[in-house]
Amino acid sequence: MDAISYERAVDVSSALRAAQQPGTMFIGGGTNLLDLMKGGVEQPVHLVDITHLRGLDTIGTLPDGGLRIGALVRNSDAANHALVREQYPLLSQAFLAGASPQLRNMATVGGNLMQRTRCGYFYDTAFSQCNKRQPGSGCASIEGQNRTHAILGASSQCVAVNPSDMSVALAALDAVVRVSSLRGERTIPITEFHRLPADRPEVDTTLQPGELITAVDLPPPLFSDHSHYLKVRDRASYAFALVSVAAALQMDGNTVRTAHIALGGVAHKPWRASIAEQMLSGKPLSDANLRAAAAAAMGEAQPLSGNRFKVQLAQRSIVRAVNQAAGRTGGVA
Amino acid sequence: MSRNRVPPGSDDEPNATPNKPSRRRFLQSAAAAATVGVAPHVHAQNQPAAVPPSEAPRAPEPPRPVTLNVNGRAYTLQLEPRVTLLDALREYAGLMGTKKGCDRGQCGACTVMVEGRRINSCLTLAVMHDGEAITTVEGLASNGVLSPIQRAFIEHDAFQCGYCTPGQLCSATAMLSEFGNGTASTVTADVRMHPAQLSDDEIRERMSGNICRCGAYANIVAAVRAVHDGSTGNA
Repeated sequence: MDAISYERAVDVSSALRAAQQPGTMFIGGGTNLLDLMKGGVEQPVHLVDITHLRGLDTIGTLPDGGLRIGALVRNSDAANHALVREQYPLLSQAFLAGASPQLRNMATVGGNLMQRTRCGYFYDTAFSQCNKRQPGSGCASIEGQNRTHAILGASSQCVAVNPSDMSVALAALDAVVRVSSLRGERTIPITEFHRLPADRPEVDTTLQPGELITAVDLPPPLFSDHSHYLKVRDRASYAFALVSVAAALQMDGNTVRTAHIALGGVAHKPWRASIAEQMLSGKPLSDANLRAAAAAAMGEAQPLSGNRFKVQLAQRSIVRAVNQAAGRTGGVA
Repeated sequence: MSRNRVPPGSDDEPNATPNKPSRRRFLQSAAAAATVGVAPHVHAQNQPAAVPPSEAPRAPEPPRPVTLNVNGRAYTLQLEPRVTLLDALREYAGLMGTKKGCDRGQCGACTVMVEGRRINSCLTLAVMHDGEAITTVEGLASNGVLSPIQRAFIEHDAFQCGYCTPGQLCSATAMLSEFGNGTASTVTADVRMHPAQLSDDEIRERMSGNICRCGAYANIVAAVRAVHDGSTGNA
């Protein structure tokens, strides 16, 4: 690892001031950043340790009945917080599906939002081509290994996927990211926080330089009784998703009043399956309708040479996750 | 490995062994004695140290005193900020029990407990844990008596080569405590409920952050189960 300088910030304003220095990055849990630094992918000059910032490591209710999760809450603590488990079990499930117990004990909620892709060409600097690591150098994955890569929303510049489980659940729950900078505070809807690669794949998020994530706000819990996070991966645990589905429903008997469906492992950002949501909403949940909605969700899929299987896998995963969320024992398509 | 990237002659050169106290460790001990009183001021001293980036190779950041309370003993080490907790424990404190496997958070061999929580010591900087309490495999036994999980690993033959074992032992120790606190896992049927019993599936999932290349998993599960069921204890 290259030499770095280091300071421990004690409050948000001092962290923000420290971040003005070129080459500075915030470090939280460090589980992704230090990994990338060891590989030479990230090369900060100065680290500002934000893990001791006061007040950002708590979870509390909001006046509207929602929940505020501080950016420094560790993934394991968020997963096991009583209010998260009771009111947002979808989010708890997503946290618990990610990484390993040790990593969840380290990783922060803010850091999880900032996770970078696990594309092997991005991670391995021995490959000269990666537009995300070296803008303009090309994409080795499009004609190379792309089994785990995107089937939706990719560009000719980048086919990488976002690796987060948490963010997929947050997308289904319409969470809002709170950020601070020396200019003040602002909020970013989770679905606008991560971006598609387009012609700037080196930019993962809409976070601006000098901004610090302070919290994630959840709307009041509407889906506590009918939600499910399904993660499909190559091994039973401790692996990134090939496909994941966060399904959150409001049900009137067997009729779907509202459906929120977000997909992971398929795009550069958590992917809301809006068409499928519309097809399910206001109708009784039937196998036929569910299969049709799942197929429609993949209507614009453009698989690569190595990941055609993901199109059907995603459809089956949607069917299964929605059925689970609805409490149906019903079949996998 | 990151070791290859260390500038020649830097303080990160490994030369300490359990059997041969290194020159560096002697110097660290001497430095520790001299710097204990200085440690609280380290943050203030750090402020002017920040330098703008340049194209030239970066000079190593001067080492600073970092105090780690490891297994009940305070170690004040002179560390560059880039030194991971794992390297601090092994190469600077001389505690070789904690193992470096992948060094990238993918195997769990480096698992230790910090303030009672199990973490991968390879993916965190030692300086971030200044003043914190760390338990390594060397700290599981007390007064020469192995802990229940250590005894169970022996009784159930829960290892072959043993390289992953220190991490497995620390992980299992913390895991049993986590389960006792009612934490859920991804195989818990309903996260809104506390898992009623520690099934083998729960043990496997909760221990999934520790890879055993020898494949001793069946016996690791048996050892963890034995401790959980209380059938090992002082038997």
